[in-house]
Amino acid sequence: MTGFPWLTILIFLPLAGAIAVFAVKDTAVRLTALAIALADLLISLPLWWLFDASSGHMQFMESAVWIASLSINYRLGIDGISLPLILMTTVLMPLCVLISWHAIETKVRGFMAMLLIMESAMIGVFSALDFVLFYVFWEAMLIPMYLLIGVWGGPNRLYAAIKFFLYTLAGSVLLLVAILVLYFQGGHTFDILQLTQGTYGLALQIWLFFAFFAAFAVKVPMFPFHTWLPDAHVEAPTAGSVLLASVLLKMGTYGFVRFSLPMLPDASRLFTPLMVVLSIVAIIYGAYMALAQTDLKKLIAYSSVSHMGFVTLGLFVFNLQGIEGAVMQMVNHGITTGGLFLCVGMIYERTHSRQIADNIGLTKPMPRYATFLVIFALSSLGLPGTNSFVGEFLVLVGTFLWSKIATAFASLGIILAAVYLLWMVQRVAFGIPAPHVLPKLRDVNLREMVTLVPLVVLIFLIGLFPNPILTRMHTSVEKVIARIPPPPQERASAAWRLEPASPSPEGIGSTADTPLAQRTNDATPFTNLAVEER
Amino acid sequence: MTSFSAGDLLFILPELLVITAACVVLVLDPVLRASDKDGLVWLSLGTLAICMGLTASQMSVSATIFSGLVVIDAYGAFWKLLLYFVTGLTILLSYSYLKEERLYFGEYYGFILLALAGMMVMVSAVDLLTMYLGTELMSLSLYVLAGLKRSEPRSLEAAAKYFVLGAFSSGILLYGISLLYGATGSTRLPEIAAAIAGRGFNDPLLLFSTILLAVGFSFKLAVVPFHMWTPDVYQGAPTSVTAFMAVASKSASFGAFLRVFVEGLGGLKADWSAIFLLLCIATLVLGNIVALVQTNIKRMLAYSSIAHAGYALIGVVAAGRVGNSSGIASVLLYLALYTFMTFGAFAIVAMLRKGGIEGEEIEDFTGLARRHPLASLLMLIFMVSLAGLPPTAGFVGKLYVFMSAVEAGMTWLAAVALIFAVISAYYYLRVVMVMYMREPSDSAGTVPQLVMSPTLSIVLACTVAGVVIFGIYPNPLVNLAMQAVLTLK
Repeated sequence: MTGFPWLTILIFLPLAGAIAVFAVKDTAVRLTALAIALADLLISLPLWWLFDASSGHMQFMESAVWIASLSINYRLGIDGISLPLILMTTVLMPLCVLISWHAIETKVRGFMAMLLIMESAMIGVFSALDFVLFYVFWEAMLIPMYLLIGVWGGPNRLYAAIKFFLYTLAGSVLLLVAILVLYFQGGHTFDILQLTQGTYGLALQIWLFFAFFAAFAVKVPMFPFHTWLPDAHVEAPTAGSVLLASVLLKMGTYGFVRFSLPMLPDASRLFTPLMVVLSIVAIIYGAYMALAQTDLKKLIAYSSVSHMGFVTLGLFVFNLQGIEGAVMQMVNHGITTGGLFLCVGMIYERTHSRQIADNIGLTKPMPRYATFLVIFALSSLGLPGTNSFVGEFLVLVGTFLWSKIATAFASLGIILAAVYLLWMVQRVAFGIPAPHVLPKLRDVNLREMVTLVPLVVLIFLIGLFPNPILTRMHTSVEKVIARIPPPPQERASAAWRLEPASPSPEGIGSTADTPLAQRTNDATPFTNLAVEER
Repeated sequence: MTSFSAGDLLFILPELLVITAACVVLVLDPVLRASDKDGLVWLSLGTLAICMGLTASQMSVSATIFSGLVVIDAYGAFWKLLLYFVTGLTILLSYSYLKEERLYFGEYYGFILLALAGMMVMVSAVDLLTMYLGTELMSLSLYVLAGLKRSEPRSLEAAAKYFVLGAFSSGILLYGISLLYGATGSTRLPEIAAAIAGRGFNDPLLLFSTILLAVGFSFKLAVVPFHMWTPDVYQGAPTSVTAFMAVASKSASFGAFLRVFVEGLGGLKADWSAIFLLLCIATLVLGNIVALVQTNIKRMLAYSSIAHAGYALIGVVAAGRVGNSSGIASVLLYLALYTFMTFGAFAIVAMLRKGGIEGEEIEDFTGLARRHPLASLLMLIFMVSLAGLPPTAGFVGKLYVFMSAVEAGMTWLAAVALIFAVISAYYYLRVVMVMYMREPSDSAGTVPQLVMSPTLSIVLACTVAGVVIFGIYPNPLVNLAMQAVLTLK
């Protein structure tokens, strides 16, 4: 805990920036937005090193009374689950500004302001520790996103914008009811940490679980609630697509891991089969739909449905590997799919078409572009050495421990991912381009290189050295797992489980003999050292 | 029995000032030259400012005056402060609106002040007949104001409709009062409360009088199924008057209604809470669904104001169920917050011109964002707030009423109301959509323009400040509402 209000600055700097872009000269709008986004990134980076990975507590806590009559507080703090997500957000933000540099020519001020407001709200969601504050940030995102799609989007933008808005709003109203019910059941508090400690009756848990589910499943989106996603993605401007895919979808899965699992452990346990089935359906269905698409953005949108299925699958198998893999995959999907959307945006700027048929044979005229596209595609299909491999592998290991059949079905998704992505790459990168588009196919320029290179670096960095992220989330994930009661049949043969008999909320010392700790060898000495220091 | 003490007059100094100012305006108007008539506006505003100071100083006073006809307490002061604020905004808005519409009459400000006087009596009366007098003073002034556009048939129709239905509802109210007198032997709320202690709805006289009072007030509050007059009157009346009716008359009616049902009929709260539960759901459903298909923005806002009365009723129902003050406080808070957003939206509608005449259709907002980015942004904020999204006043209001519903064990009601809040988002966002996402296709002559004026700027600044500041930091308003409710017995 430090006295410096890191998180407040992180949240409110972009908001101030959103106002500032209206005050500067026309020529300086883009630069101002970029400067603000970069400044936020620079402020967020020290958190990575200042974060104490051995502590299961919330860090960088800030607290102030907000609405005293309802005991609503302005309470912020992050743990190992929110830290990578916040950093992913701050890393992606400057890239979103950069990709919109020339793509957005009308109402630039408004566009940049909306991006920056989104950044504030997204960081707020990941760091809020008060339920009302969380809900405020959660909903504050809707209007900027609605405007981003509706004002700067494609031809069918009005339909896509209102569909996105109503779907997500409809999902989240039940969340508000659930929050209010928790307030009265959990001792008249909106404090997330305190509510997480509470125990609630099973009937209440089931109701709350479905209320949470409505909000989070729409956002993820899980299988039957995903229909807004392809429309929103296709019509949104590139930066909007990147934010949607990379950050907004993660808010749903973040909600599951932060609220549903630790607050409603019994209901979560009860509905595991449902969640696993929905996840597997999403994985396979999303992949099949992606296979059939001729529009590049739609293809990636459906691949998101499939990939997010892995995340929800990992969350609901309730073991260290599954949940760590899921959180890992949240970050990875943000980086990789963000990169893919950036690539599609670049080609759209040149040919004004997102159809695969209009964009074939790009390797010859645009060799650098094709290289980036292939790297992102390989990362997306989970090639070893790239980031997604780590996440998907961990999720599958976790699922294997839960059910071998489920793993078999989920693995099908990885094979299908290879099919649709490689097929897409084959058509887009190779072949002979149509002569009339050839003059338009300039290779990526410096600005676009700057946009893509950080993501490529992250892909390999995480793919080859996942431990820094894993060690940071380790104790936080253990804390989540400690809240979930082990099912009866597993209690006896819990050799692989982390906390066999008595789940302790701190649970730091027992990491040494887990398969994961063996896999990530240098994590263990670090954690143990920290324990000894106490 | 009726002893008169001159000291009581000091307590009603604000009421006396308002009535005096109204008379002065009415008398001076024919005498003054046209160029000097602006002075009447400043006179009215000055009076309101003085009254605001006087009433604010009465916040901690608690006195029953005129031998139990009127009470001066924090509850009344809360509503009066709100009413002064709304009246001030109405006068500022009317100043430019009347000029634009060439509707300059000195009587206008006089009638606004008289209506205000009626409302002030309504919220501070503890005697049903005194309250009835206040209601009539308010209504009669509003009938005249609704028909102010004498050359326009729709305005006349609005006035006639408002008068007929208003008189009808006043009759029902009066019938309820007389039956209640028959049942309890008094028209004073404390005595009524004492008389009905221990009696329930099995007493037919009490049953009928409560139902008649509920119906009478439902007309004034525009609660379904007694809302029929609202869309036509709101559409036909001059927009500045519509704004005044939608906000001030609704607030004053809620103020009187809550006092009657909590102070007077508190013993029957389990029974009337069931009545209002039905009305509340009907209002939420019908108000929100019918608003979806409106193409005229004044009609849309009329249905929206009906729907908002439904949200406020949730607090009333909850208060009836558990009998604590937080439900009532949430109603007060809700209406105060509703004031800012609804008045702001009407102010923008009032000043929108298309080809020289008032642009009342939602389509008339097409492409407004290009010409008036700031005004469009304000309209966006008002619409978002009406839809109840954070971080605006509308969200805070809904949070408090839903909390009182959940506290009263009616989680399902909060869920139903929230589902209709989602539906409402569709029609509010349609305004945002046409402003931001469509370009006007017409020739240059008929593009929508907003007639800006200094007074309109003040109105918009006040309302948007309320929506944003109380959306982020509602504590001062919450404390005021809590303090007000404590004096309600």
